[in-house]
Amino acid sequence: MLLLENVKKAYYEPSGARLPILDIPCLEVAATDQVVIRGQSGCGKTTLLHAIAGLTPIDAGSIQLRGVNIGRLPEAGRDRFRARHIGYVFQTFNLLAGFTALENVLLGMTFIGQKKDPSRAQDLLAQVGLGHRLNHKPAALSVGEQQRVAVARALVNKPDLLLADEPTANIDPAHQQQVIDLLRKVCLQENVALLLVTHADVISSQFPRVIDFATMNQVPIPS
Amino acid sequence: MSFWKIAWRNIQQRALASSLTGLSMALGVAAMIAVLVIHGVSVRQFEQDAEGYHLIVGAKGGKLQLVLNTVFHLSEPIENIPYAYYKDFVDGRFADFTEVAVPYCLGDSYTTDTDSFRIVGTHPDLFDKLPYGNHPDGSSKYYTFQNGGRNFHPDAFFEAVLGSVVARRGGLRVGDRFHATHGLGGEDVHDQNAFTVVGILNPTGTANDRALFVNMEGFYLLGNHELSHEQATQRRQVMATEHGAHLEHHTDTDLDTSAGHDVDAEDGTVTEQSSDHENGTGVEQDANAKQNEEPAAGSALVASAPNPGQRQSLPEDLREVTSVLVRLADDMYLGHVKDTINEGQVAQAVAPTYEITTLLDRIVGPIHAVLLVLTILIVLVAGISILVSIYNSMNERSHDIAVMRALGASRWAVMAIVLFESILLSVSSGLAGIVLGHALIAIAGPHVEARTGVVLHFFQFDTWELVVIPSLIALASLVGLLPAITAYRTDVAKSLGNS
Repeated sequence: MLLLENVKKAYYEPSGARLPILDIPCLEVAATDQVVIRGQSGCGKTTLLHAIAGLTPIDAGSIQLRGVNIGRLPEAGRDRFRARHIGYVFQTFNLLAGFTALENVLLGMTFIGQKKDPSRAQDLLAQVGLGHRLNHKPAALSVGEQQRVAVARALVNKPDLLLADEPTANIDPAHQQQVIDLLRKVCLQENVALLLVTHADVISSQFPRVIDFATMNQVPIPS
Repeated sequence: MSFWKIAWRNIQQRALASSLTGLSMALGVAAMIAVLVIHGVSVRQFEQDAEGYHLIVGAKGGKLQLVLNTVFHLSEPIENIPYAYYKDFVDGRFADFTEVAVPYCLGDSYTTDTDSFRIVGTHPDLFDKLPYGNHPDGSSKYYTFQNGGRNFHPDAFFEAVLGSVVARRGGLRVGDRFHATHGLGGEDVHDQNAFTVVGILNPTGTANDRALFVNMEGFYLLGNHELSHEQATQRRQVMATEHGAHLEHHTDTDLDTSAGHDVDAEDGTVTEQSSDHENGTGVEQDANAKQNEEPAAGSALVASAPNPGQRQSLPEDLREVTSVLVRLADDMYLGHVKDTINEGQVAQAVAPTYEITTLLDRIVGPIHAVLLVLTILIVLVAGISILVSIYNSMNERSHDIAVMRALGASRWAVMAIVLFESILLSVSSGLAGIVLGHALIAIAGPHVEARTGVVLHFFQFDTWELVVIPSLIALASLVGLLPAITAYRTDVAKSLGNS
């Protein structure tokens, strides 16, 4: 379902020097797979997810999801494709402070370009255990509850792929397991493939497929 | 969720900054609305006040001054003109061109503790035959009287009709009596004779709401309102010159024949007059009148006891008028009558609508334009404050914009949301400003009406108000463009990385 081939990405420093970040010969994720990419902080995991989501253009190679080469789509097409086919859970949740839990989830449906049943947002929030907190703003929710809202928002458009960027990094250890369990359970229920990046072995050890970023990426990790 | 709702949530999130910028916009729009409505109403009213007649004839001098003191009861009267000028329109040289002529005798006032209103000695034709404006369908509006009231009778010398504002502020009712004060705002009370209120006009929205109208026959009988014989002789010589030799005889005949009658004020009968009026005062006090007169300080209200009594009218050659309102039989006579009078040495004839239009164009118009420009500047400054407010928030909102982009929002979508925010804030503030502007007009209405006669209320609108909201949308789009472009250019990866 997701296929990366010879993906290359580099940044340029102010001095003009080229700084390679990604050089991935191949990465494949099947539908409903649950995959963890493990790597240390700053090695380029987030850049990889941004590239898959079409938020960061790549320099070479191809990224295909359901047979569509994301890199060849125009920017507006990438935005629309992302809204329909890719969910994204951020490390810092990234809920909008002025919106309620329900509105944050509805926001995920706003840019899809299709009419969607808004009751799905309520159903999803109920599914993640927040049916009684629909009208609470993020500041009134616990950290764990905020992350659950973020999960519901990422899944509201029934994407094919859910990208999760260190989803437990800002959560206390007691709640980390709950979030991982929730992500895995909901993705299975919704038939969504999960690609999660983390630096924590305790998380990666729970997944059937773990990819070491340093092994996959041909760019040497800076010391 | 619609873009409008997202924009509204953004406004709510910055409640204090949004409220302050919105308030400045609302105040600017309110000021603009007040200027537009007050100017529109005033212009309509000024123009309406002078409708119903073609010419004002008065003493030579400032044309505008003549219009102001005759039509709007403002400014000092210039001078008086011979009574013969009025007679010219009744049965003299201009009678064939005239539909109705109404004399105005000014110089007295009615004073209360807080107000001073002008008294106009005039003829009942003012209310019976002259319209004071037009209905929306174009038909003429005529004066009507409040319940129980009527016009004064030409033979009842001491009857009076009041404008609605005078009645309300002076606490006068039909049947009440009052004394006039000599001069405008003076303290010399004509305490020998009192006028009886027989009618109160329904509000007209004209300056006449703020005046008292008394029978000019009674007005002439108040002290110091008659000419001496020497003055009368001079007047006759002047009029002989004005009319030319062929009219001199006509005028003399008029004066001779009209000066020899007594009028019974109660039944209106006219009897042969004694020669007493030749004694220089022309006024003879009546026993009944004295019985009803009360000592008064200033223009004190006198207890109601209508008894106009009998009076001997002032001979016409001892009379003057301040001005004459002339409604011609046809517009085509305007040039001839006006030119003929203006060629003389004593009087001038002015077309009030022309003078008022000139006043509005040359003085009021530029002032209005300056005020309008000032209010537009206020609105522009408020618009810029919206720009600054939104623009300053863009840095902290770049993260939210990046999140929306990550959720699938296009660059155009986030740009539109910021533009909508600017439009929403401007339009909601503008609507609040329109309501506030009309509320200010309604609050100021009674005070303005009391002082100028201009009637203002909440639901008076100016057609230019229709332009306000579209203009605000255009302004909001303009000032929202810069932050919207900033939103368009937001670097998603960088902004998400900063989180």
